[in-house]
Amino acid sequence: MSAVNATSEQLDDILSGPDIVQVPSAAPRRRTPYFETASGKRLIEGAASLVKNAIPPLLGMLLFVALWALVANSGKSIPGPAETWDAAVALFSDPFYDNGPNDQGIGWNILNSLYRVGIGFGLAAAVGIPLGFMIGRFDFLNRMLSPIISILRPVSPLAWLPIGLLVLQKAEPASIWVIFISSIWPMVLNTAAGVQRIPQDYLNVARVLNLSEFKVFTKILFPAVLPYVLTGVRLAIGVAWLVIVAAEMLTGGVGIGFWVWDEWNNLNVAHIIIAIFVVGIVGLLLEQALMLIAKRFSYD
Amino acid sequence: MQSYVQIENAGMVFSTKKGRFTALTDINLHVDQGEFIALIGHSGCGKSTLLNLVAGLLDATDGVLLLANKEIKGPGPERSVVFQNHSLLPWLTAFENVYLAVEKVFGGNESKAQLKARTSAALDLVGLTHAANKLPGEISGGMKQRVGIARALAMEPKVLLMDEPFGALDALTRAHLQDELMKIVAATKSTVIMVTHDVDEAVLLSDRIVMMTNGPAATIGEILTVDLARPRDRLALAHDPHYHELRSQVLEFLYSRQMRPKEAA
Repeated sequence: MSAVNATSEQLDDILSGPDIVQVPSAAPRRRTPYFETASGKRLIEGAASLVKNAIPPLLGMLLFVALWALVANSGKSIPGPAETWDAAVALFSDPFYDNGPNDQGIGWNILNSLYRVGIGFGLAAAVGIPLGFMIGRFDFLNRMLSPIISILRPVSPLAWLPIGLLVLQKAEPASIWVIFISSIWPMVLNTAAGVQRIPQDYLNVARVLNLSEFKVFTKILFPAVLPYVLTGVRLAIGVAWLVIVAAEMLTGGVGIGFWVWDEWNNLNVAHIIIAIFVVGIVGLLLEQALMLIAKRFSYD
Repeated sequence: MQSYVQIENAGMVFSTKKGRFTALTDINLHVDQGEFIALIGHSGCGKSTLLNLVAGLLDATDGVLLLANKEIKGPGPERSVVFQNHSLLPWLTAFENVYLAVEKVFGGNESKAQLKARTSAALDLVGLTHAANKLPGEISGGMKQRVGIARALAMEPKVLLMDEPFGALDALTRAHLQDELMKIVAATKSTVIMVTHDVDEAVLLSDRIVMMTNGPAATIGEILTVDLARPRDRLALAHDPHYHELRSQVLEFLYSRQMRPKEAA
């Protein structure tokens, strides 16, 4: 029998035979510690880069809070971080209570403000984006409207409030009007710029193919301009959220802006600071959400 | 024999802010069906303008242009164009880009399945079946240009117009695509007018080379018939004395008789 052909059974027989001497095997191989294996190393690297990325923003926040605490300690008028935190915990533990129109939870205030922004901004988009398309497409319209836009665009949003109150007679639609008029310009201008910057190549393709107006719009104009539109929308929603606080301070009602004013009258400064954070964070979230959408439609 | 494309006394004058600019004047050219014409000349000589006149993207200010005895008025799918920078729509896949053209030309009397089959066949012709569902941003420059060619061919044009189609590609990719184009044109018997600034490309691909004088008021300086047998092989031609003779005739025209005018110092 040749050993080369031996089956595993025969091999076992041979190994357990009398003429085989068992030599004590060498010391058991040291198990590789987890952090030296490939997956372990990856874990360490991942954690390291996470820490590296997290350190600068954390440091910035820490410095900010420290500065805040310093300022709060030196005078007595501004509440410190700890005090504000306690107030925030109390406030957010019951965000949706309702004790009549002048005393509602922070959640209701935020939602009311978002609702106004949504209506005003939605109307602005519905008017501004088509208007931008037309201004971009027709030079005559562009030259006709651009002086008016140039004059109206730099006007402070709140300057529109009296006109709104006068025409609409009520505070609620007046604040929506202010949102509308201040957030429409970025959408008009960006959409128009996008239409004007469509590469001639794409339009030549449309001409050679003899595409119908509908196809030109759906297959070329709209996708080509969409990134510009989204930039306009992003800028506009930033403006709208910026303006709502000021508008609500003047018009009253339920909303984060009026809430700030109310708390100022109550001299509850901790709540004002919380409101500042809330406004900032909500604005950031709105912008980030739109950035995500814009990324989806970028083809570069 | 009746010419397929007829250009009679065509001229093009642009009205610019600085006054009238005569780009082309007295262009007379007859192209037969199945012929491959190369337009060559220094940059600014109006060769692209001439191509755009045939494409209908520009309207001649003088003379007439005819295709199959019908006057060319505006662009149309029977004169499909391969643009220099491919001009694919970046939000559509390779398949959708070609399909858009196929649907426009044949959508009236063919079913969706037939249109899809046409699109696939065109992509197959340029060897891009595997990249059909890729967006232009995901494929190389040479592949994009091939999609552009597939789009133009899928329309089954009467004349295929190419505006420096390989100008933006590297030399190896360009040679590869030239070989492919020769095969495709031989198989489809297309009539082609191609703008190029590459002398080797012109001699290798075309039946006749139309050499243009320098602008402004450029016109056709000379027409050279390339009587090399087809199919042509790039390697064999490299040792063909006749090829070199034709090549030097074009070079002589471009660099001796139509020396590029010195830029004003």
